[in-house]
Amino acid sequence: MNLAHRWHVRLALLLLLATLLFGLLAGLAYMYPAIGQAIAFKKLRPAHVSAALFWIITGASAAVVHHRTEAFRLPRPTRSHAAFVAIWAGSIVAILVAYALNRFGGREYWEFPPLLGVPVLVAWLLFMVDHFRAWRHRPADPPLYVWMWTTGVVFFLITFLEQNLWQIPWFRNTYMRELTVQWKSNGAMVGAWNQMIYGSALYLMTRIGGDDGIARGPKAFAFWFLGLSNLMFNWGHHIYSAPTAGWIRHTAYAISMAEWVLLIDIIRGFKAKLAENRRLGHLTTYRFLVTAELWVFLNLALALLMSFPFLNRYTHGTHVTVAHAMGTTVGINTMILLGSLSWMLRIDQAGAARRWMERGRLLAVYSLLVFWVALIVAGLIKGWRMTALGITDHTRLMAPVDPVLQVFVVAGFGVAAGLAMAALPLLAASFKPLPAVVPVPERPAATTVERP
Amino acid sequence: MWQRKVLAFLGAAFVAGTWFAYRGADTGGSADAQVRRGMDVWQANNCVACHQLYGLGGYMGPDLTDVITMRGDAHVRAFVQHGTQRMPAHPLTEAELDDLVAFLAWVDASGQGRVPDSAVHWTGTFILEP
Repeated sequence: MNLAHRWHVRLALLLLLATLLFGLLAGLAYMYPAIGQAIAFKKLRPAHVSAALFWIITGASAAVVHHRTEAFRLPRPTRSHAAFVAIWAGSIVAILVAYALNRFGGREYWEFPPLLGVPVLVAWLLFMVDHFRAWRHRPADPPLYVWMWTTGVVFFLITFLEQNLWQIPWFRNTYMRELTVQWKSNGAMVGAWNQMIYGSALYLMTRIGGDDGIARGPKAFAFWFLGLSNLMFNWGHHIYSAPTAGWIRHTAYAISMAEWVLLIDIIRGFKAKLAENRRLGHLTTYRFLVTAELWVFLNLALALLMSFPFLNRYTHGTHVTVAHAMGTTVGINTMILLGSLSWMLRIDQAGAARRWMERGRLLAVYSLLVFWVALIVAGLIKGWRMTALGITDHTRLMAPVDPVLQVFVVAGFGVAAGLAMAALPLLAASFKPLPAVVPVPERPAATTVERP
Repeated sequence: MWQRKVLAFLGAAFVAGTWFAYRGADTGGSADAQVRRGMDVWQANNCVACHQLYGLGGYMGPDLTDVITMRGDAHVRAFVQHGTQRMPAHPLTEAELDDLVAFLAWVDASGQGRVPDSAVHWTGTFILEP
């Protein structure tokens, strides 16, 4: 890892810590209006959401840089990568300052003034230059994770540009078009960073297991194409309740239902994964990856249920949607990224750091389960009162929901403490020299993994 | 290589789907200058942090898709100007308030925030025609 890559990793971890801090403050401001009077919720929420989005994208891009450098046996990342890190970091700081100064763009998930999208775009183009320089050195028959990284890198650009289409007047001509821009681009953007993150998880699985087969062959690619179709077309389930064209809903529904295949495959693979987990139990990276797998299962099950129109009618616009978003970003993306960063920073060779990370992981996982269930319960109560009972007065509607949200806020403290316990040792390790090799246990064919 | 062919097919389907999704999203009236100014007021004050339109946005406050039909514009003006226990007062000018109300009325006219009972089939599913 060169200096630019170390700062890339540090930036990602600092953003995770900022996400936790802003999230806790936003949770308190949500529950206790007095806190909201001191620090406005309309500033805290975008600060939390932007920090979270940038933690995931920064962490995903840092993982791609590291793993592709290993996989392609490349020299260190280039100057365009260093320029990306500098401009990207500067843009994020400017965005947080804009929120503090009450300057907003007011778009869901991307609430900063649109002018600040320019340096974000420039930085990503530099990242792409670096990526496609590396792409020239790919193996002749690249494994699936190489395709996944590249798809994620390209689709992030496409979806970032797409979510800015609202600046062209035609796209704001009708509200349905305006709504479509937001749901379509944001839904697909989640898919874009998932490609980078899941690609990294697949890469790590092949390295830890010493078996490249899971990243090759027709089945692996068939599942990837299903995931890619999901990225491109599944956004429609977010606007079931809006008067949009029928084909959008039908396509999204068909794609969602095809994902049962993925769910069944995960269940079938669980037994082997658990056996492997016992064997490699002390490998930090593997533990985070298996934790993510559990959350893939839970979230996919929830997403599939939400995709049924008769249930979507009750869950749309409720905290069930937040549960899905939190389960995905914390349970899946953050767990994979922490596993990936543990691998990069060779945390298994730092005894105390490893123990802290393990305690943090357990605290985060159990707290997240309570957090996630509380959101689902809150959403179901709200959905029932709103849709079945027809209550329109917001205070009356939310009265029985608020106690459940207090459980959610308390559990949020547990999630934040656990993730901070996992992130801080990684941040400390990013300032230290790296050990030479990472031992991989009980696999005679690959007892050590050589690192470039 | 079959993977490249599938990838090319998906790419083409994505481009076509994008075109038809945006081109077909013509439900509701066109935005006039006042509605566009109201949209800018909505965005500049980051209303989406607390409120939803068609379920998109924060959950601190209510969904405002149908607020003009359900409560009327005087209600909206009072809430924006004076705030509540949870919502801060927003010192907008009269012209900005007019624009914001015009924007919300435009959204309201585009459809309903919740699926109406009349559109729900006995199986629980529903079809909404644009």
